[in-house]
Amino acid sequence: MDLECSRLLPALCAVLVDPRQPVADDTCLEKLLDWFKTVTEGESSLLLLQEHPCLVELLSHVLKLQDLSPGVLSFSLRVAGIFAAQENCFQYLQVGSLLFSQPGGAPGLRLLSAPPFFLSSPAPCPGAVDTIFSLQGDSSLFVASAASQLLVHILALSMRGGAKEQPCLQGDDWPTCAQKIMGHVEESLCSTVTPKVTQALNILTTTFGRCQSPWTEALWVRLSASVACLLERDPIPAAHSLVDLLLCVARSPVFGSSNGSLWEMVAQALSCLGPAHVGPLALGILKLEHCPQALRTQAFQVLLQPLACVLKATVQAPGPLGLLDGMADDAMMVDALLASKSSCAGLLCRTLAHLEELQPLPQRPSPWPQAPLLGAAVTVLRLCDGSATPVSSVGGHLCATLAGCVRVQRAALDFLGMLSQGTSPQELVTQALAVLLECLKSPGSSPTVLKKAFQATLRWLLSSPKTSSCSDLGPHIPQFLRELFLVLQKRLCSPCWEVRDSALEFLTQLSRHWGGEADFRCALLASEVPELAWQLLQDPESYVRASAVTATGQLSSWGLHDPTSPQHAVARQSLLRELLRILSADSEGFPRRAVMQVFTEWLRDGHADVTRDTEQFVATVLQVASRDLDWEVRVQGLELALVFLGQTLGPPHTHCPYAVALPEAAPARPLTEALRALCHVGLFDFAFRALFDCDRPVAQKSCDLLLFLRDKIASYNSLREASPNTDSVEAAPWRWRAHEQTQPQEDQEPEAVLAMLRSLDLEGLQSTLAESSDHVEKSPQSLLQDMLATGGFLQGDEADCY
Amino acid sequence: MCKTELIDLSTVDVILISNYHCMMALPYITEHTGFTGTVYATEPTVQIGRLLMEELVNFIERVPKAQSASLWKNKDIQRLLPSPLKDAVEVSTWRRCYTMQEVNSALSKIQLVGYSQKIELFGAVQVTPLSSGYALGSSNWIIQSHYEKVSYVSGSSLLTTHPQPMDQASLKNSDVLVLTGLTQIPTANPDGMVGEFCSNLALTVRNGGNVLVPCYPSGVIYDLLECLYQYIDSAGLSSVPLYFISPVANSSLEFSQIFAEWLCHNKQSKVYLPEPPFPHAELIQTNKLKHYPSIHGDFSNDFRQPCVVFTGHPSLRFGDVVHFMELWGKSSLNTVIFTEPDFSYLEALAPYQPLAMKCIYCPIDTRLNFIQVSKLLKEVQPLHVVCPEQYTQPPPAQSHRMDLMIDCQPPAMSYRRAEVLALPFKRRYEKIEIMPELADSLVPMEIKPGISLATVSAVLHTKDNKHLLQPPPRPAQPTSGKKRKRVSDDVPDCKVLKPLLSGSIPVEQFVQTLEKHGFSDIKVEDTAKGHIVLLQEAETLIQIEEDSTHIICDNDEMLRVRLRDLVLKFLQKF
Repeated sequence: MDLECSRLLPALCAVLVDPRQPVADDTCLEKLLDWFKTVTEGESSLLLLQEHPCLVELLSHVLKLQDLSPGVLSFSLRVAGIFAAQENCFQYLQVGSLLFSQPGGAPGLRLLSAPPFFLSSPAPCPGAVDTIFSLQGDSSLFVASAASQLLVHILALSMRGGAKEQPCLQGDDWPTCAQKIMGHVEESLCSTVTPKVTQALNILTTTFGRCQSPWTEALWVRLSASVACLLERDPIPAAHSLVDLLLCVARSPVFGSSNGSLWEMVAQALSCLGPAHVGPLALGILKLEHCPQALRTQAFQVLLQPLACVLKATVQAPGPLGLLDGMADDAMMVDALLASKSSCAGLLCRTLAHLEELQPLPQRPSPWPQAPLLGAAVTVLRLCDGSATPVSSVGGHLCATLAGCVRVQRAALDFLGMLSQGTSPQELVTQALAVLLECLKSPGSSPTVLKKAFQATLRWLLSSPKTSSCSDLGPHIPQFLRELFLVLQKRLCSPCWEVRDSALEFLTQLSRHWGGEADFRCALLASEVPELAWQLLQDPESYVRASAVTATGQLSSWGLHDPTSPQHAVARQSLLRELLRILSADSEGFPRRAVMQVFTEWLRDGHADVTRDTEQFVATVLQVASRDLDWEVRVQGLELALVFLGQTLGPPHTHCPYAVALPEAAPARPLTEALRALCHVGLFDFAFRALFDCDRPVAQKSCDLLLFLRDKIASYNSLREASPNTDSVEAAPWRWRAHEQTQPQEDQEPEAVLAMLRSLDLEGLQSTLAESSDHVEKSPQSLLQDMLATGGFLQGDEADCY
Repeated sequence: MCKTELIDLSTVDVILISNYHCMMALPYITEHTGFTGTVYATEPTVQIGRLLMEELVNFIERVPKAQSASLWKNKDIQRLLPSPLKDAVEVSTWRRCYTMQEVNSALSKIQLVGYSQKIELFGAVQVTPLSSGYALGSSNWIIQSHYEKVSYVSGSSLLTTHPQPMDQASLKNSDVLVLTGLTQIPTANPDGMVGEFCSNLALTVRNGGNVLVPCYPSGVIYDLLECLYQYIDSAGLSSVPLYFISPVANSSLEFSQIFAEWLCHNKQSKVYLPEPPFPHAELIQTNKLKHYPSIHGDFSNDFRQPCVVFTGHPSLRFGDVVHFMELWGKSSLNTVIFTEPDFSYLEALAPYQPLAMKCIYCPIDTRLNFIQVSKLLKEVQPLHVVCPEQYTQPPPAQSHRMDLMIDCQPPAMSYRRAEVLALPFKRRYEKIEIMPELADSLVPMEIKPGISLATVSAVLHTKDNKHLLQPPPRPAQPTSGKKRKRVSDDVPDCKVLKPLLSGSIPVEQFVQTLEKHGFSDIKVEDTAKGHIVLLQEAETLIQIEEDSTHIICDNDEMLRVRLRDLVLKFLQKF
């Protein structure tokens, strides 16, 4: 603790225990607590207590006062906990027994009880554990949860304290404290009151999750019968917590793969838990790395049940599309599907999400029923748009329930998109693409559904296998693209800006990947899509303008942007000029940022419009960007400058230690000439100005850029040492800082710039900038001063008071 | 055209009009059937209804026919005609279109009413129009007596468009809710359709094509214009002219602005700013929207392409739309967008085929769909729902769509065309008013906590379905002999009032009492309705039933009176 803080601390302690003083707000107390934690980590807590008797006074005062605010009380107890976590401090404080008399002390309890010496003492606070039991049911969730965690701590510590090699199962030789807790847990498990059962299950879950010592196995053997009993009850109490416990035990390495009774219990749970809870359990089981195959099969069947029901209710002849052929329908599952719209939608959404989560995992069930799942996803979407034909009364009911259900539609679209990763029969792929197109076409699709449909379509298109003639896309793709662009045209004209935006994003993504494919280019250029994208550069919604900038930029990179319509003379003007206009004139930040990104990409990829006169391009862009009020535009400007630097001076060094060290590529041109070019485009002017930018990210980026530049120049050994005019060089950076230079300097001399570069302490600046801008305000002194100021205790202020 | 055999319209007392779309046959009823009753409707309904009729008459009269063919209506000839003429039913009842005079005469018979206004019909029932949210002045009707309430819900909308929102609260506690006029296109969501409308319009115009929107001169067109007002600028189409061509275009646009009290809250509040409630005023001011009574005259001078034209009639059989179909039908650059749900667009287009222009079907029907109906019924909870048969099963073309039907408990009672239904309630009570002086004279007796009874003797006066209890005339004063009374003034003798009896006779106790009073040889027989107590010695029979007791004895009045008094002991009197 520094001196200044030491000086302020006594006054603060006095403020805290003074009921007349306004209590500092909770946030301050939390910050103070964090500070105490940091301090005790860094130096001896005992020494701290001894050097600052005010702290001990604070703690003893707090316990005596009656009308103290709960915030301060809680704070003090937690401070006590922090200090008491070390044995010598604990003894120094000797406050253990006092603390338990405070009902609001739960947050402090956790910290206080952690040390083993607290529990291993012969009679650790006789009533303490009972108090914690009762706190489990506290109306405050924080207290209840802390109490539960505390019990787990105590149990674990007492077992560790007992330290027998292999504790006997009956628990006769278990420490008293552990026995007491176990007794409580057993009793709660048998309770008919659900919250009690939940508490007990939560304690067990936390225990098995945290401790992987051999004694936990004995614990499980002792308790598994009680847990199994829960599965016999109807309804099963605290099913959610039960699932958590079973999964936690199953994951624990202590049990190994041969724990037959556990797997039996899980199997039983899979067959008797309700549809709402069985899904997460099944998913958890399937994610396990070791688990009996029969159980995995059962879990997967459970997971597939809802989709199997859907398929069965809608497909004429299940044949190859059937999931779980020959298995009887689970009546509970069917009931849940038919009970209400919300339960049906909930169940389907969860199932789809679980399967989506499972699909990319290496331990997913094998063989993976790709085709039936794809069939099911298509069917669910058809049920949502009302075009599915049900073949049973269940199907009719599903049809009525799911028609127009946006939630299920979104989940099914996500799932369908994910299924694009597998190999599916062509017939089903066609169906999937058809349903996606239908969804994109439908006037009833909501903007969120459309967005998902665009995403799923993109995934399917990009994953479609290419035919042997490698440049061609699949045989059905060209036709699909033609229809797709017709829809896209309409969506680009949608009155809803979200739709226009997602359509543009889709266009950008698709052309990024397929811009070179002949089929794609052909279909795109035959449509009005490029023309419409161009027109959307004038959209009234700034997000749409930004997306239009990115899309047209991307199209232009592939030579696809030229509007073909002869009627739009305006449109034929250069996109570069249009984007520059947006960069300098658009009132919103998003489109301008998008333009900078496009320009950076163009520069990197050597776009034809850029390479025509790169220096002129960079000079213009930097000049506009440097005046921009949006810091992200300026950062992006620096990024563009960096790319230009790389192109002028050679790429940045790779820092990968294993990379084969290639001989330094010979620089494109002599350094002086390169520097002159940099000066010419105004790069230094921009960078130096940015170095003193009031927005930290800009200054940081500029600092990085200049460091890169300096290192790069240093590598030119042959460089002649310049002899700059020291005075002017020293002064120059400060001129930028003072904003004296409103006009960029005309062609600075490279030597002057170099000298300035050397004179700057860039490393120092970098580390200063690395600190957050509020580091002064965040310092502990500042915190203490603020808290004292609230209490009116700062001595300096006294003179100002009447 | 209207079908009159079903019911003798001259016997109809009252017609309630729900909205301006469903009054187009009114002149046929009021002018040709001997109808002498009253028609009730709100003011916007009448005014806009008049515009629709006026447009119709104008369109028809513009192309007069020298003579009208009627021979084809002969059944033998009709069946030889091509479809759909040969399938048309009851062509003999088809009439010519009415004239403007008939329209005026019909409309003059309408009594204007306002929302929530209570109208007494012959004292028998009270009817009240409520906002139905579908069109300007559109109404649902509550028909109620003191103990029964029937709601007639027809053409209602829960969407927020220009009219006042639907009044749902007043529909609560209905015994019967008659539900009709639901959306014709239950699968089309109006928002999506408006989006579709705008996108297709923009695509066409951007390519240099024209857009034709066949529509009615009032209703959805207001919403479409409002939508376009917001959209055209954002889509960069502000230079494209919008033309609205109808003989009543001007009146329609102006009327819509003056019915502020019938508009949704949002539009009402604009009036106080003061601003016109509908933005089409601004479109007109800025020359973006132009309106003309017909394609002749000014329009032909101003006409500029590409453009968007709103005009009627949506059936494409008459009106200015016919010219545009012929003018633009040959070019694939142009598009016709159908927004009115009343006509099959394929049938409408049939005579124009082959057609190069694009056809888009975006029916915008804001009336209730089945999801909204189920929400409405949950909210309103009527005891019974009555609706057309079509609504109780999925549409024939989509028989699997169980969601496209009314699903309520108890199941809706359905009716077919021309079917007469008995509504599922019985009239059990009538309200009778008591004159204050009579009420003063009553002496209620509490027979159960909260329930008191009093006997009333009064004269029931009934007139115009209203019932009134008046005090009985005073008994004649025996002393007054000064004036000779006329015979006609004689009032019926008011006898001394006998008390009313209530309660039941416990047979066992009654027998014990008889024995106490010296009767012996008593025999009790159970009968279907009660008991018979037999006094064998006295040859007397006492028949005790639930609501009567008879003493049958042989001319022994003394015995009868004795027995009667014993019976009376067990009963309460008041």
